[in-house]
Amino acid sequence: MTKQLSGPEVAQQIGEQFPDAITGSDETAVFVRSEALLGVARFIKESLNLDYLNSITAVDYIDHFELVYHLTSLENNHGIILKTKCHDRENPIVPSVVSLWQGADFQEREIYDLMGISFEGHPNMKRIFLWDGFQGHPLRKDFHLDVPGGGKSSL
Amino acid sequence: MEIEKPYVSSELDKTEGAEIEALIAASKEPYPDPVSWLDEEIQRNVLLASTEHIIGWAKRFSVWPVAMGLACCAFEMIGAAASRFDFSRFGMEVFRASPRQADLMLVAGTLTWKMAPALKRIYDQMAEPKWVLAMGACTISGGCFRGSYSVVPGLNLIVPVDVYVPGCPPRPEGLIYGFMELHRKVAKDKLIKK
Repeated sequence: MTKQLSGPEVAQQIGEQFPDAITGSDETAVFVRSEALLGVARFIKESLNLDYLNSITAVDYIDHFELVYHLTSLENNHGIILKTKCHDRENPIVPSVVSLWQGADFQEREIYDLMGISFEGHPNMKRIFLWDGFQGHPLRKDFHLDVPGGGKSSL
Repeated sequence: MEIEKPYVSSELDKTEGAEIEALIAASKEPYPDPVSWLDEEIQRNVLLASTEHIIGWAKRFSVWPVAMGLACCAFEMIGAAASRFDFSRFGMEVFRASPRQADLMLVAGTLTWKMAPALKRIYDQMAEPKWVLAMGACTISGGCFRGSYSVVPGLNLIVPVDVYVPGCPPRPEGLIYGFMELHRKVAKDKLIKK
């Protein structure tokens, strides 16, 4: 079983390098400021040998979005969760981590498509599932279900 | 020298988006189910009666489906094709990847708006006579995804459907019953259409 590193310990390590980046931590996760995300991610990738990005998830908390990065070291068999918040609802932008983990490419596009969060520095920031011209981002809590094709929503 | 790219991906995206939007706008009313075969007893052409019977018999046992497994129903379709249920008994084991060689479009699974233009194009490429079998709740009506933003609420908005096989997913027995109903319909298909 992969050992989950303790959030406060990793936060302390990051804090020595980036004093303003940390906004908090809990048992398994470290919260960082979104502007400092790329620098922090690069730092812990190297210092903790986190060679694998399991997944990126976006959560809509209505007053802000939260991005969750599950990171694992396949070599050292440990992992940590990195979280960042984005308070801008109209035009949310977060730095892309594709330059660190190639696997982030499609996942960031998926988040852009369904949640409407742009990733700065992504090589190909466009919709992945829905088509060009689709109105809105369907996984947002305030998305209204209007069925294309004329049918009425049964929900 | 600068090499000219054969296409620009953002242009392709725009074309695709416009095609899907146009299809959504054009797909407000379902196609009526083809039911003219039901009153064939009255309208049967006496001259062709026995020829039609023989050709109909030949046609019904050589229906080649085009592979259109879109979601989980495809596994039941594959199950029905494999040795246990074996629908090659009906002369329809040859799943064709080319619509030009197929008579039946076996739509198994959830149809999304992004897939719909491709499905319609494949249907248009099939040679007449052609039939469509809608397998499973999602294909028939959108199923439990009917209220979704991305799912077509009914295959008959896109193409006319000959046989509906309900279920989630239907078992191979159900699919085979659907085939038998389709065979009845194929056998009664008129050689000369009005």
